[in-house]
Amino acid sequence: MVSDDALRRTAPLLAARRGMRAKDFTGWLWASPWILGFVLWTLGPMVWSLYLAFTQYNIIRAPQFVGFDNFLRAIQGIDRLFWPSLTRTFTWAIVMVPLSLTGSLLAALLLNQGLRGTAVLRTLFFITSLTPAVALAVLWRWIYQPDFGGLNYVLRQLGVVSPPAWLADQNLAMPSLMVMTLWGAIGGGTMLIFLAGLQGVPQELYEAAEIDGAGRWARFRNVTLPMLTPTIFFNLVIGVIGALRTFTTAFVATGGGPNYSTWFYILHLYQTAFQNLELGYASALAWVFFVLVVGLTTVNLRMSRRWVYYESEGSS
Amino acid sequence: MTAIVGAQPHVTIHGTSLREVLRKIVLYAFAIPLAILFTIPFIFSVGSSLKAVSEIHAFPPTLLPAVPQWANYVSVFQIRGVPFERFYLNSAVITGSALAGTVVTAAISAYGFARFRWPGRDFMFMVLLSTLVLPEEVVLIPKFLMFNNVPKAIIGKTLIDTYWPLILPSWFGGGAFNVFLLRQFFLQVPRELDEAAVIDGASSWQIFWKIMLPLSRPALATVAIFSFLGTWNDFIHPLIYLNSSDKFPLSLGLRYFQQQPTDTLEPREHLLMAASLLMVAPAIAIYLGAQRYFVRGIVMSGIKG
Repeated sequence: MVSDDALRRTAPLLAARRGMRAKDFTGWLWASPWILGFVLWTLGPMVWSLYLAFTQYNIIRAPQFVGFDNFLRAIQGIDRLFWPSLTRTFTWAIVMVPLSLTGSLLAALLLNQGLRGTAVLRTLFFITSLTPAVALAVLWRWIYQPDFGGLNYVLRQLGVVSPPAWLADQNLAMPSLMVMTLWGAIGGGTMLIFLAGLQGVPQELYEAAEIDGAGRWARFRNVTLPMLTPTIFFNLVIGVIGALRTFTTAFVATGGGPNYSTWFYILHLYQTAFQNLELGYASALAWVFFVLVVGLTTVNLRMSRRWVYYESEGSS
Repeated sequence: MTAIVGAQPHVTIHGTSLREVLRKIVLYAFAIPLAILFTIPFIFSVGSSLKAVSEIHAFPPTLLPAVPQWANYVSVFQIRGVPFERFYLNSAVITGSALAGTVVTAAISAYGFARFRWPGRDFMFMVLLSTLVLPEEVVLIPKFLMFNNVPKAIIGKTLIDTYWPLILPSWFGGGAFNVFLLRQFFLQVPRELDEAAVIDGASSWQIFWKIMLPLSRPALATVAIFSFLGTWNDFIHPLIYLNSSDKFPLSLGLRYFQQQPTDTLEPREHLLMAASLLMVAPAIAIYLGAQRYFVRGIVMSGIKG
């Protein structure tokens, strides 16, 4: 219908921009799948969930209004798993986010050195992050298996007489989960975004710094790092939210155990809603989580003004 | 550094300064062990998946099988009570349907955001961006009720334990991230192209179909890959919506297999490993095949985010 040739001939004539001719309605219509989806699957459900948060509801009987009871039940510790799961989840984020950001940044720096075999290395790092969470959990359960697993095999070879039970050990389950999660996280999307950020640092800046006599470390400290702050910020926001949402790896690898030592917030939410069918109380849990995540993201945004350096009118 | 202090003579090997060679050696000394550390869990699982039954619980354990048992990959599909081929098929059906919905409706919505001016557009775009950081867990319960209570009231039966809850939402814009990605891409298509087409009497549908889509193949591929991985790896949604094991996708199926009561005399970790790897394989294949798009898509999300 529209041949390339016709386009090429008429395009220059139209170089001067025309006003939008299409009626407002057309734009709405095109965007409507997402707008409708937003109302149906996000806005509507959020309102519904806010309503349920103030009720007692088990699907079988109609919701009964209970005021703030659900929130009190959580905050006052009547639900004895609420505070532990919440603090556990935040501790997890506080430990995991810096580790995975630093690890990913170091991996990206390594890939940015122009070494031979960089493509192979990148693929090796990245493939681990493609492992679905369930498969990752199943794989590492076998590695951590106390009697026949690979890790204890290596430890025994090294002379450890009775190596620990890892995921089955109440004190080691959490660190064990951290290691397997880091294996899947470092070298994934975070690393690729860092790599792109590194490659976006203008070469002139390095040259200028070099002329000023800056050594390798000084150049990293005064050029790379400031130029990378927007990327670090992006990865930080995404990383914090991701860490707080931890569910599948823990659910499959430990089921929250042993003795609730890996009982994360979303695990608690899932259990309350879909196993105990306390949908009203679980909705309150969901809203507490939502408010915390939004609050934390807002704090992150506010703080970012102090340390994130935005090049005036960046190229992108 | 070496450039500035160039006044002093420095040692070179094939024209490369000694300093540079040392730097490379140090870097490789980091890179190689790191690469091995990353790969070992995979090697261990591949090794385990190829072991004979007798080797699985052998003491002391071994890293690799004496003779690779390729037949294990066939046996995975023949385990009693675990219809693995069924899981595979279910995953393919769910992923395919969700992927189609995502690509089609995300492209349509993105076109509306990229090429038209309408009242409330900028506001809606801000809303779209803010949903990027919205934790999906908040709407888990009401969405479950929407697929249970609402259809019960209208058609008299629940949609729980069907694929509708896993597919239908994808047909409404396919997620904010995908709309955002495609919008950014559409904005880069020169406007002169559609203006010329308008002069030729093309409708907005024709411009979308004949100009935008063909020019946006890399972005569409990116969205398709993300959608594939998202649905293929999804665990929590199938967990909530599906009850009958013959409807399970791989993610649930794998856990179902793992939770089958173990017969100590007949270990099955080798099959569990083979099953896991069979689930990972398509993701890796797609990554290797479409690396270019994939990397660009991730990078775009970071730069423009």
